[in-house]
Amino acid sequence: MKKISYAQAGAEAVAEEMRRDPKTFHLSTDAPQGLLKEFGSARVRETPITEATLTGMAIGAAGSGYRPIVNWAQVTFAFVAMDQIVNQASKIHYMFGGQVAFPMVFRAWVGGGRNRAAQHSQSPYSMFMNLAGLKIILPSTPYDMKGLLKAAIRDNNPVISFESSRLLDEVGEVPDEDYIVPLGKAEVKRQGKDVTVVAIAWMVHEALAAAEELAKEGISVEVVDPRTLAPLDKDTIRASVRKTGRLVVADEATPTASAAAEISALVTEDAQTFAALKGPVIRVCALEAPIPYTPVLEDHVFPDRRKILAAVRGLVGKK
Amino acid sequence: MQPSPEKQREMLRQMQMIRRFEERASDDFHAGGIYGTVHCYIGEEASGVGVCAALNRDDQIISTHRGHGHCIAKGADLNRMMAELYGRETGYCKGKGGSMHIADFSIGMLGANGIVAGGIPIITGAGLAAQLDGTGRVAVAFFGDGASNAGPFHESINIAATWKLPVIYVCENNQWAAQTSAGTTTALPDIAARAAGYGIPGIIVDGNDVIAVYEAAVEAVARARAGEGPTLIETKTYRWRKHTELKSQLDRRPVEEVEAWKKKDPIPRFIDHIRSQQGQLTDAEWDEMDGQILAEIEASVVFAKASPFPAPEKALEDVFAD
Repeated sequence: MKKISYAQAGAEAVAEEMRRDPKTFHLSTDAPQGLLKEFGSARVRETPITEATLTGMAIGAAGSGYRPIVNWAQVTFAFVAMDQIVNQASKIHYMFGGQVAFPMVFRAWVGGGRNRAAQHSQSPYSMFMNLAGLKIILPSTPYDMKGLLKAAIRDNNPVISFESSRLLDEVGEVPDEDYIVPLGKAEVKRQGKDVTVVAIAWMVHEALAAAEELAKEGISVEVVDPRTLAPLDKDTIRASVRKTGRLVVADEATPTASAAAEISALVTEDAQTFAALKGPVIRVCALEAPIPYTPVLEDHVFPDRRKILAAVRGLVGKK
Repeated sequence: MQPSPEKQREMLRQMQMIRRFEERASDDFHAGGIYGTVHCYIGEEASGVGVCAALNRDDQIISTHRGHGHCIAKGADLNRMMAELYGRETGYCKGKGGSMHIADFSIGMLGANGIVAGGIPIITGAGLAAQLDGTGRVAVAFFGDGASNAGPFHESINIAATWKLPVIYVCENNQWAAQTSAGTTTALPDIAARAAGYGIPGIIVDGNDVIAVYEAAVEAVARARAGEGPTLIETKTYRWRKHTELKSQLDRRPVEEVEAWKKKDPIPRFIDHIRSQQGQLTDAEWDEMDGQILAEIEASVVFAKASPFPAPEKALEDVFAD
């Protein structure tokens, strides 16, 4: 095992998969220089800032036998490509009756905490979760980043890799040998018996920190990381809630029609899981506002470990 | 260079096939056997046929909401096309696409597409794949004058020109974007003039002259195969029918304008050309060809109607590839 950052883990995943499969290629503004040096300008294209067309080009190349990797950089810019994502990428395999596969990966940072204000601090993954035909990953550790992204590049469908901008410098252990983390498999990041916290990306780390503190108070918290948002691993999430009987969902996106809302619904709509609940499902999410710039305002809008602590204490009846 | 006499016969057959297919498709849509809507290409047949006659089977094209003509010109199977319009399991898309989404990847037809300008980046990506493959394959974008005012047109041509991708951009300028005339939305009358902004050739051809279209396409294809990059071809043409066949579809085009263009019908014009050049194609031969076409169309309708609808639970198949 070696220790590398979340950002390095993503870069290693791309480089290893490009070594492994000559049908992969990379499109991005400001081409990564390491990739460009290793694979050359035919497979590592330095592009104009035209996310819509890059996204469409990936679809056409995928339908012609390639596995394109497009780096949108920030999810903000993916909105420019919404026609190609919504009307084309998510539907093209289905509406043509499954004639050929369209394997492609789109990468984008999400999340705030960097004082980048409203446009560049967004977590809009639920907008994309709403589209049948896309797979979506959102890793919380360097290990998951590398393993999920490699699995995404090998998958035969359009996959969006959302990557937390707060975690880019997060360092963690990653195996030296080749491995993947399968899509659609959640992971229990910490075992517990009193309360389940399903947490996404950066909030996994906040939930783990909260769990450590709550353990001192005699409250045992289980932390579940979905890792893949589409398809969601319903079984692992429900199994955890059936065990603990209490659920907090922690995410830095706003709560309305969100991943947290979806996780709450899949727990409460299952009769057996619903019957196991000992209290309401609590969402710990961002306040409903565009993300502000100045730290005092931004910190107020985003959830953090203190809000998870309060939610868990409230559920188990401790103040 | 003129295509061979045999090839010209085949091009004529395809043009008439497109017309007869769409006459039948609109009739059956109005009669209720075909759902959603149908967008007819009638009047523009010379454009798609002239371009596709310059292509190989493995060359790729992408179409628009008005896609039947491009499918037929690229060699699509009539039975599977008609079955798709009829929403049947045997259709090209297993009944999931309909008129607006017929594709046949096995012949390089990357689909009709319901979003104006949406296909242009996709076929540009196919052009990138062709360049990476290095086998000399080319990719052709068919789109209308409406799409030429949308961002993907400009973004795609800029990239293709910069990277010298083997793509031919064919703007079929039928002069009306839905119900809005190009003159009210477009600053200059010639879309091809925009090619200068990207440093590529911009060619204007009479889109109702199939030989002129073919010759322009042959040159653009040769340029693309030689690694010299894209060409923008503007085929000036006209659609005879309303934007869609929907009963509620309005049509603001002046009747005189429509009638004037019908007098420029590309099919009799091509027949005259064949007769003047080759002295062949008697009235009896033409009637026989048309009769065979009608019989093939009838057979495709019989095939479609005899085909089962997909089972309802098939709605959940093909969301993802394995």
